[in-house]
Formats: sequence, C-alpha cells, structure tokens
Amino acid sequence: MNSKTLFDKIWDSHVVKSIADGPDVLYIDRHYIHEVTSPQAFNGLKERGIPVFRPGKTIATADHNIPTKDQHLPIRDQLSRNQVERLSENCQKYGIELFGLNDPKNGIVHVIGPELGYTLPGMTIVCGDSHTSTHGAFGTIAFGIGTSEVEMVLATQCILQPKPRKMRITLDGELHKGVTSKDIIMYIISEISASGATGYFVEYCGSSIRNLSMEGRMTICNMSIEMGARGGLIAPDETTFEYLRKLPSIHGISDINYAVEEWKKLRSDSDSLYDKDLKFDASLIKPMITYGTNPGMGMAIDDSIPLSDEKGIKASSSFIKSLDYMGFKPGMKLLGHPIDYVFIGSCTNGRIEDFRAFAEVIRGRKKADNITALIVPGSKKVEEQMVAEGLIDLYKSAGFEVRQPGCSSCLAMNEDKIPLGKYAVSTSNRNFEGRQGPGSRTLLASPLTAAAAAITGKITDPREFLTEEININK
Amino acid sequence: MSKVKFDTIESTCVPLPFENVDTDQIIPARFLSATSRQGFGDNLFRDWRYTKTGEKNGEFVLNNPGYKGKVLVAGKNFGSGSSREHAVWAIFDYGFRAVVSSFFADIFMNNALNNGLLPIVISDELLKKLLNQVQNNPDTKVKIDLEKQIFSILPSGDSVKFGINPYKKECLLKGLDDIDFLLTMSSAITSYENNKSLV
Repeated sequence: MNSKTLFDKIWDSHVVKSIADGPDVLYIDRHYIHEVTSPQAFNGLKERGIPVFRPGKTIATADHNIPTKDQHLPIRDQLSRNQVERLSENCQKYGIELFGLNDPKNGIVHVIGPELGYTLPGMTIVCGDSHTSTHGAFGTIAFGIGTSEVEMVLATQCILQPKPRKMRITLDGELHKGVTSKDIIMYIISEISASGATGYFVEYCGSSIRNLSMEGRMTICNMSIEMGARGGLIAPDETTFEYLRKLPSIHGISDINYAVEEWKKLRSDSDSLYDKDLKFDASLIKPMITYGTNPGMGMAIDDSIPLSDEKGIKASSSFIKSLDYMGFKPGMKLLGHPIDYVFIGSCTNGRIEDFRAFAEVIRGRKKADNITALIVPGSKKVEEQMVAEGLIDLYKSAGFEVRQPGCSSCLAMNEDKIPLGKYAVSTSNRNFEGRQGPGSRTLLASPLTAAAAAITGKITDPREFLTEEININK
Repeated sequence: MSKVKFDTIESTCVPLPFENVDTDQIIPARFLSATSRQGFGDNLFRDWRYTKTGEKNGEFVLNNPGYKGKVLVAGKNFGSGSSREHAVWAIFDYGFRAVVSSFFADIFMNNALNNGLLPIVISDELLKKLLNQVQNNPDTKVKIDLEKQIFSILPSGDSVKFGINPYKKECLLKGLDDIDFLLTMSSAITSYENNKSLV
C-alpha cells in the first residue's frame, strides 16, 4: 500500500467521486456559516426551489457585522441589522442551528466551533471565511470557501474541489521566553512570504508544534491562509484528546474512548511524501511585528525594516507604496515608535489564553494615556471565563474596557474602526491597507506585544515586561 | 453562480501594476452588508478610486478615461486574503470578464471561475511586458480565446497558451453550473453517507 500523509487520508476518505480531468466531489462533515457570506447562497437555493440537503451539518453564528457594545439593543446600522436578521430567517426557514446575537453560545465562528465541540479530528470543514483553516489544529481538513461554494454545500453537502499539493513545515527547537504561537506563524510567513504556500495544504510538524496548547495550535493554523495556503493541519495527539474530553459536549460522538482510538490513526505515514518540505528552528524566533501591508512583511521586533523586498535588488514599487502607506522608511527601527490603538481579539488571538497573556503584562500597570484599546473576547464563553478568572476586573483596574464578542476591528465592518492615519498594534491576522478602517495602519503582533504597547504607548519589546518565568504555552 | 457563457474576448486592458492586491482593496469590508450579488461594482477598489474626502482620485487608473476594457491586468498574487466572493462580483459587475496576472490566490481563483470571470496566469516576464505596453499605449488590445486556451497581445504578436482545468473550461464555455452538476449526484452522495466510518 502507498504511504499517505494525514492530509491524503482525510481527503481521500471524503471523495464521493473524482471527475476525470476535473475536481473531486468532496463530502463536507461540518459547515459553518455567518451573516456576511451566506445570504446570497440562500437566495440561490430559493431561486432553484431546493431545500438544504443536510441542515444538521451546518452551524450558524452572527459575528462579522455586529456591534461590540450594547448588543441587547437593535443594531443601529440598517444594512447590518438586515443582514443579521436575514441569517436568523434563513436558519429558521431551513432548520439550521443558530448561535445568534445574545445567544449565550454566540461568538466568532472559528472560536465557537471548537469550544462547542463541533470541530472534531478527521473531519472536512468549510466556511465562507478564509480563516476556516483555524480548525486544522484538530487534525481536520478545514478551508475557506466563496459564497457559490457555500450554496453548493447547502444544496448537496459537497463541493467540487481540486486536490491541493502538500507542504510539510517542521519546527523544532526551544522557544524563547516571550515568543508565542503568533510569533511562530508570523516568523514562518515572513520567511516564505504572503504567497509562499499558495496552492498547498500545510501540515505542521515537529517538537515545537507538539508542545503547543490547542489554542496555540489554532493560532498557527488560523494564519496558514496568510501565506496563501488553502489550510494547515496538525495531527491530533494527547493534547487534542485532552482538550476534547474536557468539553461539556462533543457533537455526534457517543463513545469518546472509541473515538479517541480511531482518531489516533490520524497521522501521516512515516515515509509519506510532500510536494514541499520546509524546516525551521524555533530558537531563532523572537517576538514579531509587521511593518508593511501584507502579513509577509514581518520582522523581529528589535530589527530594522529591510531596505528592499528582494535581497540585493532595488525595492519594488509595491514595497515603497506599502511603506509610504504605513508612514515608514526602509531601514527604520520600529521600537519606540508611538502608536494610537491596541486591538486584542479576533479568530487568531481572541481566546482565553490570549487574554491571560495580555493580563500577565498589564497586571499592576496602567494603560498609556495616548492609547485607545479595543479588547474584544472571541465568544460569550471566553467572556464568561474572563469574568470567572477575574480578568475583566484586572483589565478595568489597568484602565481597559472589555467589549462584547465579535470580529470587531479585525475587519472593521462594524463601528470598531481605527481612524485614518492612526497606528494600531493588533493581534488579528491582516495588516492590509484599510483593513481596520479607511487609512488605518495596522501592525500585527502577539497579545504580549500588544499588551506591552498598550502600557507604554509605543512599540515595545514584550520581553522587557516578562522578568519572571512566565509559562505561556502559546 | 454564473450561467453566463464565456465568449472570445478582444479588448483593451486596465493596468494595475501592484503586487499582492488583496480582496480588502478590491472591495473593503464596510461594503459587504448587502444581501444580493448586484451593485458591488460601484465600490470596486473603493479606497483607491476615491480620496479620503470622497472625491474621485484622478491618479487611479479606473478614473483615467484613457483606460477601458474587459480585461484587468494586475501584479502577482492577485486576490489574496479574505474569501469574500464579493470581490469577484465587484470586478464582474464593473464590467471585467478576465483578470490577467502571474499568480492568483487560490480562493479568488475558485470564486472567479464560479462566476464567469476568467483568471489567466501568464509568466512574470510576459506580465511585465504587457503592463509596459498597456501603460505606454492604452489602446493596446489583447485577445482571449478560451476554446483554444490562447492569450495574445495583439500589437506585439505575443501569444501564449494558458492553463485551465478542463471541467471548469467546459462550465465557462457552456455557462454550466456546479450545483446543477452536484444535484445530479445526490444518490451517490447518500450512498457515501451510508457507508461512511468515523475516521
């Protein structure tokens, strides 16, 4: 028998049919939907006069286009309100479970899927959102799709998809203090560029990945798309099983012990082949920050902005345009550069461990006066946990206000916008032009780096604040 | 989903000589609140097309009356970022029928093909040459023959074969729809479900 990678095993076992010279008909185990990329798909079903094929396999939430203040009041923006209402109507009409606004289980789709026990090893998972790759942390094939594909899944529980190539990224070595999973993935993206994994599905391997918590792994897989990959996955292990055993419910599994024995089979054969194989040394990674307008434009926080985008070659017009937008110059150091906003949240870094990490830095300190902070939990459950651990009070006493859950300033569809020309250190995933509001300037970083910036009001190396041995397994 | 047939195109081009044009530039998130597929073209490249105060930005190519056409020519890694199909709807709604670049992001590529917008990959060298020609002479025409998979720059005579998945090519040429195809497979899908194991 041929050796297979974990990706091959899951993919091949979900192919209903292979079309000659064409894509595969791939069966989808779990479909997540939200208010922004689903209405046109439901319109399509209506026009065709067909039902949702397997409504029990789709789970819905409202997250992208909701306010993070006064969620009990009607949404002020009419278009946003209409979109959220449309989701409720569609879910009711077609029999889809919805964790809508004000539901105690509401939250960002990629935060609630795992925490509510809907994301399980070996699954194929899709959602009309590119950060669906997050769920790969559980050993799933999970990727973002467009609305036409959302319609396909609603109509048939399948999509037509060409099989991507396979890349393995191995990370070994000891992580230094103050280096989190966010820094790991930002480092990898800075090494291979924002398009370095386009066309590939990545499997993350190595001791440094194994040592990460599930939340840390989710951060890594989440940003796979930022190097162009369709998705990223990590083989399930005891860390995965322990996380799943602790959940209040796991959907569709009657015997967890049996399931774990089956899930243990989900690993790549030792001699399986990848189309591309990359290795990195974790001990070389420092806290990271971006300086440009794509996630590949990242560097160690104490480094200088490169002189050009290609070694030894004159900087391209795209590189210059990007630095101009940010108000930076080639060769400039960023440490000490004043900033205006800090955003902690999103499907990348909006989980409880992220808020604990932030708390480690701000404990006993005060927010800098020049900083406006947007602190947005990824879900109601995360918010609940923050209350239980006393984090909300701790944040308050340091001068930070905690908002209600949602995607918020990560894509700034709601009111949580960074103003024109202002600098924001953000724990989200994209530093594109205008991503956090027209003219906003985003610097991506870890929750620790965001916290350090929130305290000093400028770009600061978080290691300065980590004098004691803090074990943040991220 | 598109049921529009893709015909051979002979058109002038609109050049966008930047790399990594992401879907947030193509259509910013604040314009995604609509629940239909129409009208996104008005906000295509919104923050490049208009100034901070809402006036047309005369320096941006879409506001240059010299450049028109059904073909958008862009720098490499076009369409990266968000999976929003609204990006493709905006490009199509504006009037483009093909995008030419040396590299596309995966999800954008799928979304384009599902909506009758043809993404054409050409080499970095040819892209550079094409951008130069178009920038020097806005009347430069290209021809796209999907049936033969030939992309030609008419004045210079450069002509290359471009790749496309044969299934998708058939769909575009005939205006076929993936969902109609998948619906014919419902018994195979049900029988797959009945035989599926946990892992």
